[in-house]
Amino acid sequence: MSDWHDDIFAVLQDHDIRQVYHVPDAGHSRLIEACQKSNSIRTLALTTEEEGIAIAAGAWLGGQRSVLLMQSSGVGNTINMVGLTKTLRFPFLTLITMRGDYGEFNSWQYPMGQGTPKVLEAMGVLLYSVDKAEEVKATVDAAARSAFNGGQSVAVLLRQKLIGIKDFGKKKA
Amino acid sequence: MSATLQRRPLVKQILAGADDNLLVIAGLGSSNWDITEAGDRPLNMPLWGGMGATVGMGLGLALAQPGKRVLVITGDGDMLMSLGVLATIAAQQPDNLAVCVLDNEKFGETGNQATHTSPRNNGPTDSGAGTDLAMVARGCGIADAGTVRAEGEVAQLVKDLRTGKGPVFRLVKVMVEKLEFVMPPQDGAHLKDRFRQALLGSP
Repeated sequence: MSDWHDDIFAVLQDHDIRQVYHVPDAGHSRLIEACQKSNSIRTLALTTEEEGIAIAAGAWLGGQRSVLLMQSSGVGNTINMVGLTKTLRFPFLTLITMRGDYGEFNSWQYPMGQGTPKVLEAMGVLLYSVDKAEEVKATVDAAARSAFNGGQSVAVLLRQKLIGIKDFGKKKA
Repeated sequence: MSATLQRRPLVKQILAGADDNLLVIAGLGSSNWDITEAGDRPLNMPLWGGMGATVGMGLGLALAQPGKRVLVITGDGDMLMSLGVLATIAAQQPDNLAVCVLDNEKFGETGNQATHTSPRNNGPTDSGAGTDLAMVARGCGIADAGTVRAEGEVAQLVKDLRTGKGPVFRLVKVMVEKLEFVMPPQDGAHLKDRFRQALLGSP
């Protein structure tokens, strides 16, 4: 079975995604590198996640599909800008690696991790959730269809159970 | 030194003879009314909200349409809310993108409170930080960043914004004025659809 990060990259290519936005993220790093090496995808590092939504709006105005990669920690930064996807009614897809979700060691990650589905729902974003590697490809594909064919604002939550618990290689004190 | 340039005739000059090669995004408030007075057109995307989104939208559009000129016209308040995007632009170096910030040193829509571009020590209610947005842009890595203050510099400004190799950043110091609201259609989905229809042939 192929790696789920590679499955996502294949889906992005299938859906003709041309711009990918990200902040550095361990969970998405393999996918980000694949995008950076791709000839068909323009990869943009952001200073903050909300930039990605404004840039996505511009890309759509110009006829290109895009995707925003972020951690749940960054979702709170985007909420006001998510309104833009509703006001302009443009297709929006974001793939979110969850922190503060399942066995998280860092207490600072919990508030936004736990708040992520609720605040996205409050803004009318359609939520897909996946915690099994074998379901990633079909889920991201369905999300891309909802976004680009159905005209929706869609988030895929890549659960921490899927990504694995980050421990920073810490030894017990 | 108080500003002497007036934003409305200036924007008219900047947009004079706009053709299908020129894609314009304007920030909420005064910049929106400015480009609309110059002549509403489908390839204008005037924002009624989304403060802090304007310049980022210009970047996404410029990358999607490398064959077209993309011009962002916005105010100092909107620019101050999204300074990070200047570094993101510098990282991408889109050669078709120009950003023009009309700096009146005020939040015009909310009653002309001082922005950080106002001078320091300007009195108890009107002091800013003296922030120089052109210097910020240059510091972010946009090499062609400059400031325009005088009528005699406007012809060159127009040329730089319309044809200079991007990314171009121009800060234009403009007067504080009370001007009529000249409003384009408000519905965001309509503005987006008419823009895409004109540019791509389908909404």
